[in-house]
Amino acid sequence: MEIDPLIFRLSIFILSIFVGYYVVWSVTPSLHTPLMSVTNAISSVIIVGAIIAGLSGNSNNIFNTSSIFGFLAISLAAINIFGGFLVTQRMLAMYKKKKKETKK
Amino acid sequence: MISPNLSAIFYLISGVLFILALRGLSSPETSRQGNLLGICGMIIAITVTFLSIGNFSSGIIYVIIFLLIGGLIGAFIAYRIPMTAMPELVAGFHSLVGLAAVFVAISAFLNPAAFNLGSPGNIKIGSLIEMSIGASVGAITFSGSIIAFLKLQGIMSGSPITFKGQHPLNAIILASIIVLIFLLCSTQSNSLFWMLLAVSFLIGFLLIIPIGGADMPVVISMLNSYSGWAAAGIGFTLENTALIITGALVGSSGAILSYIMCKGMNRSFFNVILGGFGATEQSSENQNKEQRPVKSGNADDAAFLMKNASSVIIVPGYGMAVAQAQHALREMVDTLKKNDIKVSYAIHPVAGRMPGHMNVLLAEANVPYDEVYELEEINSDFANADVAFVIGANDVTNPVAKTDPQSPIYGMPVLDVEKCKSVLFVKRSLSPGYAGIDNDLFYKENTLMLFADAKKMTEEITKNL
Repeated sequence: MEIDPLIFRLSIFILSIFVGYYVVWSVTPSLHTPLMSVTNAISSVIIVGAIIAGLSGNSNNIFNTSSIFGFLAISLAAINIFGGFLVTQRMLAMYKKKKKETKK
Repeated sequence: MISPNLSAIFYLISGVLFILALRGLSSPETSRQGNLLGICGMIIAITVTFLSIGNFSSGIIYVIIFLLIGGLIGAFIAYRIPMTAMPELVAGFHSLVGLAAVFVAISAFLNPAAFNLGSPGNIKIGSLIEMSIGASVGAITFSGSIIAFLKLQGIMSGSPITFKGQHPLNAIILASIIVLIFLLCSTQSNSLFWMLLAVSFLIGFLLIIPIGGADMPVVISMLNSYSGWAAAGIGFTLENTALIITGALVGSSGAILSYIMCKGMNRSFFNVILGGFGATEQSSENQNKEQRPVKSGNADDAAFLMKNASSVIIVPGYGMAVAQAQHALREMVDTLKKNDIKVSYAIHPVAGRMPGHMNVLLAEANVPYDEVYELEEINSDFANADVAFVIGANDVTNPVAKTDPQSPIYGMPVLDVEKCKSVLFVKRSLSPGYAGIDNDLFYKENTLMLFADAKKMTEEITKNL
């Protein structure tokens, strides 16, 4: 009997939880806010589902109920992707080290 | 059009890039590079999706239009948002992830053929379970984040909203969600699917209203976690590795942050979620206490104390964010440093309204991150410091947490501010903090209260230095 592909996906899922666990514990507490905004941005990779949904209509009928929800989801996810990555970049640019030996 | 195997490999690559993006955050030096890797991962995922569909019908123009609309709005927000509003922004973003997950699930439910999941009314059971869990968690994330957003923005009162029978009601609703998912899978009925969404929106709303303003760090982290689980649920439906990996990463990240925040308050996760903190019994008890004398001073006194100090520790809290005092504070510190006074910052894990909130505000005011310390790193230094300058923090400095087992905050890790030779406490009044209890620090021999707006007081001290 073949193994259901679902089991493979489940394995990836469980292992990723462990990877996440160890990676996130090593994040320095001072960067917890950028961590939240960047996780926000990457969880918007859900946009791949939204794109499939948006393109689900055929050429005669681009806008059916299903694809309209897809298009809306594309916009929502895009707000998050651009907003999340850019605001993270903006925050990280502010973290500066002490200027060494500038003046006594 | 590229083969499904090839696209699966690319999705895996983008998942790995996301892991590296989080890994980069282990230090500020590598963090910017990490963020770029995350952006690369996202570009790969989106490009591969386009290539794997291959069917470039005229619909693709609309995909790009909607993508650009969202992108422009997002970029605009990212550049305009003030750093003090980060908690609201993150809560808002969480709600969007949740809603996007709901929309994708609706779309997949109505048109399963487009996702290779079967035909309407005859969707594969496994996919239907994954889809309904994803949709339900997404809906909870959405409505919960909206409430968190409204509370943080001040549109809705930050005080907990509780009513009789709240917990049984929530329990019934949660149970009904499970029943609905079960029925949905056996009947594939459209109306049950909509009902499931409606009930999930409702429970998200009900779960967050009893949680008070200062518990927001936990709520935001928790919703962060939920948004990850929602994404993972959809990832299973779409059989997409990038989405599964990301969902798991974000889910565990949010869970860890909630854990850290709960530990910072010495409260169990369920205690926070069930809401209503010390609001009822404790306050009446405190009114019986007689008025105790406090020493209050002005900017001149504070400047004098600090000028004669050799080391100063600054303890910022949410009040600093409200008063937008971070820039004024840094100017004061610059002046102190010119007088060869050693200055460091002490940050409690739950200072502010979200994890790391104070660090971002200080970074914005050009405070070097290596002068900013976490609780464990700096707590032993208070005994050797001359002045502690508490600005906008309250409960996190209360020595009662160490001395009085009756206190609701007993056992909470606090900053040992009282061990300093003298304490300057900037506050508008003697009113108790969020926990609703008096701060013993106000009445200590070595405490000087500075009753004023944090920003104005800091500016005046700078003038007097």
